[in-house]
Amino acid sequence: MIHSLLSGDYPRSRLLTVLLIAIFIGLALGPFLFSGTVAFRTMGLIVVFILVVAAYDLMLGYTHVVSFAHLMFFGFGAYGVAMALDSMGSNFTAIAVGTGASLLASIVVALLLGLLSLRVKAIFFALVTLAIAFSFMVLVNQLYTLTGGEDGMRVAVPRELGPAFRLDEPLTGFSLLGWLWGVVTNPLGLVEVTREAFFDVRANGRLLMYYVSFVITLVLFLGMLRLVNSPFGRVLLAIRENEFRAEALGYRTVYYRTAVVVLASALATIGGVMFALVTRYITPESTLDFELAVFVLLMCVIGGMGTLYGAVIGATVFLIAQNYLQDLLGVLSGWMEHVPVLAMAAPLFGSDRWLLWFGVLFVLSVYFFPTGIVGQLREWAARRSRAGEELVEGEKVDEPASHGA
Amino acid sequence: MASENPVIETRDLTIQFGGHVAVNQVSCAFYPGTLTSIVGPNGAGKTTWFNLISGQLRPTSGQVLLHGEDISRLPAPTRADKGLGRAFQLTNLFPNLTVLENTRLAVASRYNIGYNFWNMAARRQDITDKAMHYLTQVKLAHRADYVANGLPHGDQRKLEVGLLLALEPEVFMFDEPTAGMSVDEVPIILDLIADIKAREDKVVLLVEHKMDVVRSLSDRIVVLHNGELVADGEPAEVIASPVVQEAYLGAAQDETEQA
Ligand SMILES: Nc1ncnc2c1ncn2[C@@H]1O[C@H](COP(=O)(O)OP(=O)(O)OP(=O)(O)O)[C@@H](O)[C@H]1O
Ligand SMILES: [Mg+2]
Repeated sequence: MIHSLLSGDYPRSRLLTVLLIAIFIGLALGPFLFSGTVAFRTMGLIVVFILVVAAYDLMLGYTHVVSFAHLMFFGFGAYGVAMALDSMGSNFTAIAVGTGASLLASIVVALLLGLLSLRVKAIFFALVTLAIAFSFMVLVNQLYTLTGGEDGMRVAVPRELGPAFRLDEPLTGFSLLGWLWGVVTNPLGLVEVTREAFFDVRANGRLLMYYVSFVITLVLFLGMLRLVNSPFGRVLLAIRENEFRAEALGYRTVYYRTAVVVLASALATIGGVMFALVTRYITPESTLDFELAVFVLLMCVIGGMGTLYGAVIGATVFLIAQNYLQDLLGVLSGWMEHVPVLAMAAPLFGSDRWLLWFGVLFVLSVYFFPTGIVGQLREWAARRSRAGEELVEGEKVDEPASHGA
Repeated sequence: MASENPVIETRDLTIQFGGHVAVNQVSCAFYPGTLTSIVGPNGAGKTTWFNLISGQLRPTSGQVLLHGEDISRLPAPTRADKGLGRAFQLTNLFPNLTVLENTRLAVASRYNIGYNFWNMAARRQDITDKAMHYLTQVKLAHRADYVANGLPHGDQRKLEVGLLLALEPEVFMFDEPTAGMSVDEVPIILDLIADIKAREDKVVLLVEHKMDVVRSLSDRIVVLHNGELVADGEPAEVIASPVVQEAYLGAAQDETEQA
């Protein structure tokens, strides 16, 4: 069962397994474990970006195709569904039409992009994607009657996916962090702390949408895991490792690379649709911005390229850092302002400096973990088991399939 | 032999790099069940000729024919599908994949399953078995789980040959397969090449500098010099011919004796 679900691609590190299970549980029960709107929003973003980053990893990590247009396809989905809802009314037909149309657009554009420019050098493809992504951004900004331009547009989701659609009785959640904090700060008042940790979870359409996204990401992620462990996935690895030799063995690498670009783009489009429906407000800045493209790249690299699990870890770590590093820094700089010597340096730790600090963390992590978090964890695990039983280096490719279905 | 149709043939094949003609008007046909050695000094154009035949390069003029069909404009993958297999002079593997995975990629190419994105690759036991079969042939079975670039040089060369075998082509093109191998590894590869030659329907092209090897294995020797075909015939005859003695063998034999 597990073997089939994960396509035989296990985390291969005990710590990584623990982390992945923690993230899975955290996201599956998240609305009932973490209170507050920031937490809810962050979880929604994590779910969406796990999909987007994993799709990016198919190109970057598995095939060594560098695309700057990934977020354009994300934008296709977000704007496609938003515009459909805008013009056709807030119903599910509009969502279906918007999703279908933007998927079709993505597939056609990605196909053309792949067939026309992947024949040439990799750098050429990268440049073409940069140009076309930029053009699309300009277009979205210009067509403000349709897209709201820079101001963005509200996504008029169907009632069933909005806050107005709800059960009369709220459900009950248990704030894990609140409780832990309480236990630490007030260990004697355990009963009181525990009582206070319970909170109301509004069982509304937004919660529904969150779970819909969660399930979509989970299913598509497992599908991608299947893909990278299929014969097709092996060819992608071959292209990454040595395209010249892959061709000499009879693999038409242009078609494979085009296929992976089309696929990744379609998945990004689905991510965009989910983003629009989850956040219910989209702007060029939140969907198409170059900064966001860099973030996706960072999530992929931090997590570990070419592992897919890296997307889960990378997206989670990055988005939590993005949302909470600011708070942390705010607290830190507020505190420093009261300390005479440190007050001068306080602005350096202002909450709007989070990107600076994130950059520092990023450089350090790439320096110490060049293969990303997942790569590093696997390396440690492999080293340990080798020390244990003199195992040979390398991936275990075959396990005489313990057929569990 | 000449009564049979050639499997592969080049006609006036020429390629020019800038002003330099690396392969110049080379016409030559190869027949099933024969092993032809291609010899010539460094820079003679042997590898370039191979590249033109297996599709890594397109000719400036002239043709490559496979069973009479002009394939000189087809890309390398198509030619590989049609039965042209190539092992490279400079080892050319998938460095971070395991030895087994390298070989499975070669085997799988014949199965046309590359676009299957749903079944688990590891469950194709038939492909794994076949890959292991060829790894056993090149004496690498015990290294199956090693990463390719972690292998010693000699083993990488063996894997290079293993990939060509696993591709199961009709035309085997070996470009100095034993270069850099230790003395005890060389016979393994030469025996394998002799086995292929024994199969009536296969064509073997072998670029090799070691004259003793060439003499004992070849049915025929072709000599390239400055991109031109300067001699072609029975081994003894070619080796004895003055043009060869002068153009190549003197220099090459000095080299092998030094080595
Ligand atoms: N892509 C290229 N661009 C320019 N010149 C090239 C190219 N490939 C080969 N040459 C030149 O063509 C000539 C023939 O090279 P080739 O590699 O075919 O020789 P070779 O007979 O295989 O030699 P060796 O025994 O050293 O392997 C050389 O002068 C080489 O520099
Ligand atoms: Mg050569």
